[in-house]
Amino acid sequence: MNTIKQVSIFIENTKGRLAEVCILLGKHNINIKALTIAESPEFGILRVVLDNTDKAKNILKDNGFIVTIATVVAVEVSDTPGGLAKVLNVLANNNINLEYMYGFVEKARDKALMVLKFDSSKRAIEILQKNNIPIIEEKIALGL
Amino acid sequence: MIYNEKIECANKEDLKNIQSERLVKLAKYIYDNSFVYKQKLDKEGIIPTDIKSIDNITKLPFTYKEDLRDSYPFSLFSTDIKNVAEIHVSSGTTGNPTVVGYTKRDLNLWANVAARSIACAGGNKGDKIQISYGYGLFTGGLGIHYGALRLGATIIPTATGQTKRQIKLMQDFKPRIVACTPSYILYIAEEMKSLGIDPKTSSWEVGIFGSEPWTTAMRDKIDSTLGLTATDIYGLSEIIGPGVAQECTYRQGLHIWSDLFFPEIIDPKTGKSLPEGQAGELVITTLTKQAIPLIRYRTRDIVSITYETCKCGRTVPRISKIKGRTDDMIIVRGINIFPTQIEFALLQIDGTLPNYQLIVDRTPSALDTLEVLVEVDEKLFTDEIKALENLKIKIKRAIDSTVGLGVSVKLVEPKTLTRTEGKSKRVIDKRNLH
Repeated sequence: MNTIKQVSIFIENTKGRLAEVCILLGKHNINIKALTIAESPEFGILRVVLDNTDKAKNILKDNGFIVTIATVVAVEVSDTPGGLAKVLNVLANNNINLEYMYGFVEKARDKALMVLKFDSSKRAIEILQKNNIPIIEEKIALGL
Repeated sequence: MIYNEKIECANKEDLKNIQSERLVKLAKYIYDNSFVYKQKLDKEGIIPTDIKSIDNITKLPFTYKEDLRDSYPFSLFSTDIKNVAEIHVSSGTTGNPTVVGYTKRDLNLWANVAARSIACAGGNKGDKIQISYGYGLFTGGLGIHYGALRLGATIIPTATGQTKRQIKLMQDFKPRIVACTPSYILYIAEEMKSLGIDPKTSSWEVGIFGSEPWTTAMRDKIDSTLGLTATDIYGLSEIIGPGVAQECTYRQGLHIWSDLFFPEIIDPKTGKSLPEGQAGELVITTLTKQAIPLIRYRTRDIVSITYETCKCGRTVPRISKIKGRTDDMIIVRGINIFPTQIEFALLQIDGTLPNYQLIVDRTPSALDTLEVLVEVDEKLFTDEIKALENLKIKIKRAIDSTVGLGVSVKLVEPKTLTRTEGKSKRVIDKRNLH
């Protein structure tokens, strides 16, 4: 599996709402591997990569959250100056549109793990592979 | 000034005779000219000759807003559309607006009642009047305009908006009367303050404010802020527009022109008449209208009535300020809005109806705002902020064009809207208008 499932959660900009999501996940022993928040003045979208996506999805839904699953790609980036630039350059040169991107919480040694979201993951993966940019499989990324 | 002393101060017996004579004629007129009313009367087994005096009015069936909706656009008219001189529309409960028509004689009637109202508020022939109501399909502007013309006032038809220009023209032309919504006059006052002008220095001595409910507390505020006498005007386009009832300078209720618009107060649940002084739904019969006369029209406005002669000398009955509504209609900046209209607009987005709530509020500068909270469900939710922002804009456009007012839309999490007994509370009005 070259892609990873990401959980996106609609969150109103109210005090403590983000904490509630995290408490809920923690209570059910679900670990957050990567996280980012996209925000507008009134609401935000919490995007997380979790070690148990299906379980998390059900729990969140049962607790009244609006959830959708998106497909993302995890790539390994050299944790040195210009490491990320190299990856982005490959994408730009091949006309791959990157919708958003964020980093994993934990760092793999001297490499950084990045989550990338494309409108078409399939073509992006082809280009990344052709350019020898390591794609991390779901199992490994999630530490399973 | 009393515009038509003979009628406005008529003795009660004479007034009753006029009303009886007109109702008898009206019953025959609608039976002969309106298919919808003929059907209604036939269904109740009533023939026009059963109506012998105004006391028989309770034999006639009620007319509801739904009757207007179901007859969209012209089938409730009692006259050929060729004889209609002017058409106005107001909000309907769903996508279609409520249509009303006026023959030339109806327009003449409208001018008369609006002239009576302006005079009742303290206006005189020769006064300058600034009309800051919306002109157009909305009846506010043109109704007062016709009345002012009939009274012989000098009209400054500023209409709504361009507040700085409104203030400049007031300062330069010095009108004695201003007519607009009560919230707009307070907005003008705020604007004057921000321009460094003391609102008390305004030339206005008489204010004619209506088309939205307002309290006596708000009246006191307008009086003291602007140094004028604020009076309440009542009207609804189904009946005629502004000029159905008007406060005199004693401000002890609104004089309803009952020789033309016969009022009843009923229990909205049972439909039975209520005794004088008790609050209930106002029901009005238009005794002399031609184009679209209405029999016992349920206004949905809650008022009480008194038949005592007023200190001003007028003998016509007086209704109280509106105490509430029997339905969930709200009035924002003079525009009537029904939650069903919002539903209609939301349904246009993707065919399903998300849960929603309307929050009506008033800014410190007295401008009414309408916020629509929409619960995001799985069908509407996407992973991208851009797409959600677009959804918000789409919802806003659909609602704006349906209700004719700029609203703000807020997307909220599911099940966050207040619910009572499993049903969500559709409207939260924070203005305390009643």
